[in-house]
Amino acid sequence: MTFTRRNFLRAAAGGTAAAAACATLAPSPAQARDNKPIPEHAVGLLYDSTLCIGCKACMSACKEANNLPLEDNIGEKLWDTPLELSGYTYNVIKIYQNGTMEHKDKAVNGFAHIKRSCLHCGDPSCVSACPVSAMTKDPVTGVVGYNKDACIGCRYCVAACPFGVPQFQYDTPVPQIAKCQLCRHRMAEGKYAACAEHCPTGATIFGTYAALSAEIERRKAMTPGEPNLFPRRTPESGDTHERASAEYVDHVYGQKELGGTQMRYLSGVPFDKFALPVDLPERSYAANSETLQHTLYGGMVLPGVALAGLVAAAWRGSKDHDDDDGHNGGHNHG
Amino acid sequence: MVNHPIPSEVARGLRKPKAGHAAIGGGLWSPFTLVLGALIAIAMFFLAQRFIHGLGAVTNINNGYPWGIWVVWDVVIATGFACGGYAMALVTYILNKGEYHHLVRPALTASLFGYSLGGLSVLIDLGRYWNFWHILWPGYAQPGSVMFEVAACISLYIVVLWIEFSPAFLEHLRQRNLKAKLNKVMFVFIGLGVLLPTMHQSSLGSLLVVFGYQIHPLWQTPLLPLLFLLTAVCMGFAIVILEATLAAVGFKRDIHEELPLLSKIGKIIMGILVAYLMIRIGDLVVRGAIFQVFSSGIKSVMFLVEMAAFAYPVAVLSSPANRRRLSKLLAAALSMLTGAVLYRIDAFLVAYDTGPGWHYFPSAPEIMVTIGVIALEVLAYIVFVRKFPILPGHSTTAAAE
Repeated sequence: MTFTRRNFLRAAAGGTAAAAACATLAPSPAQARDNKPIPEHAVGLLYDSTLCIGCKACMSACKEANNLPLEDNIGEKLWDTPLELSGYTYNVIKIYQNGTMEHKDKAVNGFAHIKRSCLHCGDPSCVSACPVSAMTKDPVTGVVGYNKDACIGCRYCVAACPFGVPQFQYDTPVPQIAKCQLCRHRMAEGKYAACAEHCPTGATIFGTYAALSAEIERRKAMTPGEPNLFPRRTPESGDTHERASAEYVDHVYGQKELGGTQMRYLSGVPFDKFALPVDLPERSYAANSETLQHTLYGGMVLPGVALAGLVAAAWRGSKDHDDDDGHNGGHNHG
Repeated sequence: MVNHPIPSEVARGLRKPKAGHAAIGGGLWSPFTLVLGALIAIAMFFLAQRFIHGLGAVTNINNGYPWGIWVVWDVVIATGFACGGYAMALVTYILNKGEYHHLVRPALTASLFGYSLGGLSVLIDLGRYWNFWHILWPGYAQPGSVMFEVAACISLYIVVLWIEFSPAFLEHLRQRNLKAKLNKVMFVFIGLGVLLPTMHQSSLGSLLVVFGYQIHPLWQTPLLPLLFLLTAVCMGFAIVILEATLAAVGFKRDIHEELPLLSKIGKIIMGILVAYLMIRIGDLVVRGAIFQVFSSGIKSVMFLVEMAAFAYPVAVLSSPANRRRLSKLLAAALSMLTGAVLYRIDAFLVAYDTGPGWHYFPSAPEIMVTIGVIALEVLAYIVFVRKFPILPGHSTTAAAE
């Protein structure tokens, strides 16, 4: 042998140690990626369950604005009757029911409505998961958009979304991902989200993140049972109606969940009753995942070092293994 | 260095009386290969349905369980099974244990088909497969995505595997000059051939990190990449034992001379599994998830079965006498593979809970497609070992007759 086993082992150990380190290093704080902040000029929705009457005008408006087909789930073929978000439904109003259902917005013997649609996360899992930049977060508006022309249909976004929002079309050979994009195509025409525009009670309103934050604070400060003015369509529309304010639970859903979302909820019923995930951490899952990836692959430093070690080990080893082309070398060696 | 026969030399010697035919020879038509062909035909039928009517026409996947067995088995598990080449390259070329050398090629062959078909299976499962190239295309590719890392590494590794394997083709085609040139730079590809599986096998675990609370705490951990990597390497070694046994039975070869090496591989498996179990349980303790081991219904049951399948090989292989018996080695290897398969199924499907009301169990056509892919892999392996110098030469007497 032209080299000593000790030398060789040193090189080999270097290579494998680097390779092992490459895969095992826990996320180091120095490279940790924090939550991405909600953009300064972000827009969003506020859904106030206590104002919702379940008329589903928002669902109808959404279908029309996004050119989506009707879905029939009750066999009548008369109405649009989606029961959940689907490949053809971006927005659905669902109901929580308990006991006698006598009291609106009460958890016991009551009922309450909930709007399910994209929450437009500040740091979306779907955008982090998407390998082909088909899911993107607009740097200005913060709208989480989808580009079917980039999409490969891997459904990582569907699996990753903590709120079960992106929906895949399983019944067509040319499927797309379906999700609310906050009517960004209408924003180009100076319009805004169709659901907010058509909501008759102001249960869903569209506005800048800051304006909606102010509106949320105003409503939280209201005394339950006292008459108050509630805006329709947008916080600044001037089109208001007066009604007695409801008793809100002390939880603005989407305010802190996974770093915050641009669609937020107020409700009289605890959010776990709506089958929404509660007790979510404030650190986004995207930040967890990307911190791990950046630690292992940042600048391709670790893989580069590992490769150098492995190639060196293989090169030294190859001198010992030329029997792969045995007719060039001797039969027995070593 | 241990003296050992040279596969190519022996294969060439064997080929002479057979007038330039297959390396271990024998016909390709047999009841077994015909059954494989039939299974492939059935899979093709259902695949036609999938491409005409969409994924829902054939599979049971849904928006609660968007990944079914075409992802979890055909890619996540199948590439784990295909880690034999990775594991053997690691000990043979990187740790320089030359004695394993003649086990490299058969392992590499299985890896070649496992990965190549795993790569093709991805196309079946992609909803918008015609855009698949976006994943490696600047402007589309999104390096922050774990899926990007997996796709890039697996694609590159498939290329590296074909390059690593090409000497067998070149021998067959008698391109000695080309083969000699290739062998001079082969160490680069061997290095890559160890790095790339290290990266993507660990990343298959990292895929789940972004799922957050949707993965049960018994499986969701920042150590997912390490746990997936350890089980992948272990699967690689276990599959080498399984392959050697199957090749001995299927091609009526004497396994006697390979047994000492297989028993050493058994010892390696035991070592890795001990490390794996310590890390897995230690992690559960540190995160406090250990308290959910018995309190999570079916998830707890699956976890315990999985851990038992990992623990059994350690118990068996800890006895040197057992390591010298093929039956015990095989039992340990099969138990290890069961554990690793369950670990992947559990982590991706059993532990995954995206909310109430969602269920997934693969449909019969969906399963038939996966079986068809496996059949294609087995058939390709049979064709290749019969046509090319793959299997160790020293014990091919039966086939050479």
